[in-house]
Amino acid sequence: MNSFLSIREVSKNFGSYRALDSVSLEIPDHIIFGLLGPNGAGKTTLIRIINQITLPDQGAVWLNGEALAPHHIAQIGYLPEERGLYKSMKVGEQALYLAQLKGLSRQEARKQLKFWFEKFEIDDWWNKKVQELSKGMAQKIQFIVTVLHRPKLLIFDEPFSGFDPINAALIKDEILELKKEGTSIIFSTHRMESVEELCDNIGLMHRSKLILEGRLSDIKRNYRQHQYQIQWIPKSVNDFPEELAGSGLVAAPAFNKEEGAWEFTLELREDAKSGALRYLADHGDLISFREVIPSANDIFIRTVKNQDANE
Amino acid sequence: MQMSKLGLIIRREYLAKVRNKSFVVMTFLSPFLLVGMVVLIAYLTSLNDTETRQIAVLNESSFMQDTWDFQSGIAYVSLSDIDIDLAKDSTQQMGYYGLLYLPNRSTLEAVAQDAFLYTQEAPITSVLQAIEEVFAQQLRTTRLQNLGVTPEEYAEVRAPYTLGTATFTGERSSKGINEIKAGIGGAFGYLIMMFIIIYGGFVMRSVIEEKTSRIIEVIISSVKPFELMLGKIIGTSLAGVTQFVIWIFTGGGLLAVILSLLDINPAILINRPQPGVGFEQALADSALAQNETGQLVFAELLNIPIGLLLGFFVIYFILGYLIYSSIYAAIGAAVDNETDTQQFIFPVILPLMLAIYVGFFSVFSNPNGPIAVAFSIFPLTSPIVMMMRLPSGVGPGGVEVWELLASLLLLVLTFLAIVWLAAKIYRVGILMYGKKPSYKELYKWLRY
Repeated sequence: MNSFLSIREVSKNFGSYRALDSVSLEIPDHIIFGLLGPNGAGKTTLIRIINQITLPDQGAVWLNGEALAPHHIAQIGYLPEERGLYKSMKVGEQALYLAQLKGLSRQEARKQLKFWFEKFEIDDWWNKKVQELSKGMAQKIQFIVTVLHRPKLLIFDEPFSGFDPINAALIKDEILELKKEGTSIIFSTHRMESVEELCDNIGLMHRSKLILEGRLSDIKRNYRQHQYQIQWIPKSVNDFPEELAGSGLVAAPAFNKEEGAWEFTLELREDAKSGALRYLADHGDLISFREVIPSANDIFIRTVKNQDANE
Repeated sequence: MQMSKLGLIIRREYLAKVRNKSFVVMTFLSPFLLVGMVVLIAYLTSLNDTETRQIAVLNESSFMQDTWDFQSGIAYVSLSDIDIDLAKDSTQQMGYYGLLYLPNRSTLEAVAQDAFLYTQEAPITSVLQAIEEVFAQQLRTTRLQNLGVTPEEYAEVRAPYTLGTATFTGERSSKGINEIKAGIGGAFGYLIMMFIIIYGGFVMRSVIEEKTSRIIEVIISSVKPFELMLGKIIGTSLAGVTQFVIWIFTGGGLLAVILSLLDINPAILINRPQPGVGFEQALADSALAQNETGQLVFAELLNIPIGLLLGFFVIYFILGYLIYSSIYAAIGAAVDNETDTQQFIFPVILPLMLAIYVGFFSVFSNPNGPIAVAFSIFPLTSPIVMMMRLPSGVGPGGVEVWELLASLLLLVLTFLAIVWLAAKIYRVGILMYGKKPSYKELYKWLRY
């Protein structure tokens, strides 16, 4: 696959603090990439380097086969975590200004703004001052000025923090739409729910290092623990069968009185799976048998813990 | 045409500033306030002038019978044929300001010696001085007459003397011209200082606003922080120049209109000595002779190199303003809100105040003395102090060429160094939130 953004051994120090430690990362075309990690892991520093706000001490960033240069600004859209607008400036004028700073001509900016303002049904805000808008309204404007110049790479730092659910859903749809149109999108967040829904690839940062990277589905497969969640109604016995208790039971089983069913999780090697299934079918009624897929959150926590334990 | 990014920033900063309501109000209200104040002062002064205090005069002597005439601010009312106690009572009952009592003595000297002014409270200085002046004149005239001196002779004796002065190259110079020249330069220097303090503060607040509204990171993902800082400084100073020009024109126009409408003589504002009588009148006539000196001063004023002065004003103004406003921008970037700026502002204003004080105390008395020279070369004070020295021209007797070159060179170097440092602090500071930085912290930022 074509790599749109390539980060090669980038390091950055702030005084004696090492904010990024030789981070390398390939982000392919047409995907949503989740940049994950606890606060202070170095996500924002990495993003600022991609945006040329901060310069790396070592290493280089390549965009679309070229070393990152000032003219690439026009190809990147960035919604920072600390975001805002000039409070006493009018909405339309401000959007025009920000679009022109991104290299759009005044006419082109006006055309694009008209499109987005109509799409979000906010035409009548043009002459309002930002301080007259609610927080949710301002967020829409911020989103529009981020995507207005049709960047090939979009970077959202904690995009959903502070967004109300309606706006968050709206933005989520727009992001998926943009991805369909071919934009590469980087998502930086420490909130995992949005990652599961949106991201194709993820990279996990911890203590200034990238400790895990790849396709989310691959990572999940690698991180599965062969655990199966089972709901089962036994034929005759009321106590939990000892045979099962002895074969990889994870945590104590629970009895669901309404359904008259046992609910439990078994850890089963590949070769033990069919035996277990046969036993359950013979001795009762198998309601559900489902593999436990680790959530991004689980993977996140496990990887970070492993990393800490290894140090 | 596509505007450059710097152009866009300058335009935005300029428009944001000149459209700001309080800025507009200040721009148009200030001249009115200022002119209003001048008119008020002029009016109050003229009011003060016309207030007349009545003073009863009980003159039991044979001297000074006709001298108690109307004086500016004082009307004398003669009392006669009553004793002093009764005079005191009636003076109070009539509501007069005071009672002047001249006892019956054989000589004027004795009368003057024993004369008394009775008032409700201690008399105000102007009244006391006016009355004392009447006595003094009378005594002087009598004493001179006793010595056999005529008023004409006296005037001749008192004819003023001025020592002719010239530079070695033969240019005539006159007393007080240094002060006048330094005053003109001082006006330029003062203008630079006011501009720096007012509009430097605007630059700083504008940076803080971008931080608190959290728009800064969006902006600098599109432009270089240095471009933003420069655009901000230029845009704000253009707004400042606009404001100053409006102030000068409306203020000047307004003052002229109001003064002519109300027929107030601006000279009222300047305390003029009042012409006296008798011997004093003779003296005043001889003052015409001073006109020659006046012409000399005027000639020297014409000699002030206006073109050179304006040219260097522009250079010192731009460099000085850029140096200080970059420092202000860096301060704005380093803090989160205006209350945190105090610890940094004072060290910035200090050299400005120093420059003004050194200017007024040292340059006025000795424009080419070592202190004046030193401060006109030191880059943080040179824009103001050099402007005060420049009216005496460049070359012998004025600012030496090497002094000017050293001052300009140092200023340019300082400008480059300060802007570089400020840009570094600015670049780091604008992305720092929730920190109240110390000087140590700022030093660390320079190495990021």
